[in-house]
Amino acid sequence: MGTSAQYFKNIKETVFSIFEGMAVSGSHFMRKPYTVQYPDRTDVRVQDTLPFRYRGILEVDLEICTGCLACERACPIDCIVISAEKDPKTKAMVLAQFDIDIIKCMYCGLCSEPCPTGSIHHTTEFEGADYSTESMIRRFVKDPVLAYKPKKGPETDPQILPILNRGLRYLSEYEVSGEKFGKPPTDDAA
Amino acid sequence: MQQLVNNIIASGAFGKNPPRDLIDALFIFIFSAIVFLGVAFPFAGIVSWAERRVWGRIQSRIGPNRVGPQGFLQWLADGVKNCCKEDIIPTDADAPLFKMAPYLVILAFVVPWAVMPFSQDLILADLNVGILYFTSVTALTVVGVLMAGWASNDKWSLIGGIRSAAQIVSYEIPAGLSIFPVVLITGTLSMQGIIKAQGWSPNTWFMFSNPFCFVAANILFISALAEGNRTPFDLPEAESELVAGFATEYSGMRYLFFFMAEWGNLFLIGALITTLFLGGWQFPHVSQNRIVMNLLELVAFNAKVLFIVFFSMWIRATLPRVRIDQLMSLCWKYFVPISFLDMIGTAIWVAIWPNGNPVAGWILFALGVVALMLFVRRIMYYLKRSRMELYYSPII
Repeated sequence: MGTSAQYFKNIKETVFSIFEGMAVSGSHFMRKPYTVQYPDRTDVRVQDTLPFRYRGILEVDLEICTGCLACERACPIDCIVISAEKDPKTKAMVLAQFDIDIIKCMYCGLCSEPCPTGSIHHTTEFEGADYSTESMIRRFVKDPVLAYKPKKGPETDPQILPILNRGLRYLSEYEVSGEKFGKPPTDDAA
Repeated sequence: MQQLVNNIIASGAFGKNPPRDLIDALFIFIFSAIVFLGVAFPFAGIVSWAERRVWGRIQSRIGPNRVGPQGFLQWLADGVKNCCKEDIIPTDADAPLFKMAPYLVILAFVVPWAVMPFSQDLILADLNVGILYFTSVTALTVVGVLMAGWASNDKWSLIGGIRSAAQIVSYEIPAGLSIFPVVLITGTLSMQGIIKAQGWSPNTWFMFSNPFCFVAANILFISALAEGNRTPFDLPEAESELVAGFATEYSGMRYLFFFMAEWGNLFLIGALITTLFLGGWQFPHVSQNRIVMNLLELVAFNAKVLFIVFFSMWIRATLPRVRIDQLMSLCWKYFVPISFLDMIGTAIWVAIWPNGNPVAGWILFALGVVALMLFVRRIMYYLKRSRMELYYSPII
């Protein structure tokens, strides 16, 4: 190809490639932006879009906590502090303190696995920032309460039943059944 | 404007025997303050916000939309933030030059507004060398940029400044040569004279008056982008290689001045193209009222300018930065010879048809419309291929 032919070819290619490029970027004006305007301008709260098994900040349903201390023993970094004592008169377990230090928590999920009722479990809540370390300690027991005592038969109390069902759902979703990593979660598990 | 001042003085507002030169100076001060503080600086600020919104949409983002309605006050927030910052002057810098450079750049940005033809009466000074004045004072930028690069006493700044000087000086030639076809046709350098030689309908615009002018308009636009240090020619500020080029050592308000001039230059680019090739403020004569006509012309002029501004934002979001050798070969191997040919071609054209060829205007305009339709079709093709959710509103 001669030099002059190359010259005009260059001009032609420049014009046409800019034409194409401008058309591509022009088409982007009409496309919907991908941006999610977290936190205040989303259609749904981001927490509600997360899966059920999401390991967010720990939560305890005191209504179904048996005070077995399995979670406290399982925690590798001791961020859970529980004091549960048997009341000498009534022989019932009384929870006086149930603190989780979410600064220390590393969201490993080891505490929620041994829980017999699924009382301690992860939520989809992840916004943990605060102004003081003291306020980062979640104190679940305000006044000493009686621990939950599993019934022999099915649960009858209509107030506790939905909480217990939810807790058991956490357990079944984390259950390891023979295979190495458990069954893959299914949507109809709920 | 001179007439307005004469009327005010004649009405006796300043006493019987007023000091003429002092009053003139006062009015010059007032008019410049109105234009610079009321038009030029806010425009530069608002463009900085609009540009970020336009880029955002092109990149499938949103852009600033929090400060004020749709983020409209973002430019004020940025300006106040920059003014509150410390004005650092490096120890080894040449302090007087370092301090002076941003003012020279801003000077080159505000001075051309004196000949900005907003409408048939709204012009500060209709100089008979208007377009020459315009191109020569905008080229003052190079002094400020080179001064900033040298005075910073920093290798990045120096390379940025030298690059900018090379770029602006080179692109002055095709830009100047692309103005000549219009001057050849009209026989005047005055901004108003050039606009009055065109009509409101697109076939009378100089862009479509003959094929050479069409090419010249495109060359002028690209050269003006290069002179304004706009992408794809923003080599002086190439952050991947030069940190921030000549603005590396600047901070606070002085840094703001550089970028205000850069964004404000978009209006100057648009005004230059609009005046020379797109019929300026020309508007159909729909009203006998002079004020109404002036307002309509103001709207027409600004609409054209803002379209050019929008188009250069679009280009900035689309094209990657060119290399310095590509920049130079584009200027010297392509633009300079082609704009010489344009000038000669227009001269021959004017010799053959001294009063212009109306058929050529319609044919070129029709070709332009066809090209636009092909472009829109191409956009629709890419939209269809992307299979994405569409969202037409600019508000989000």
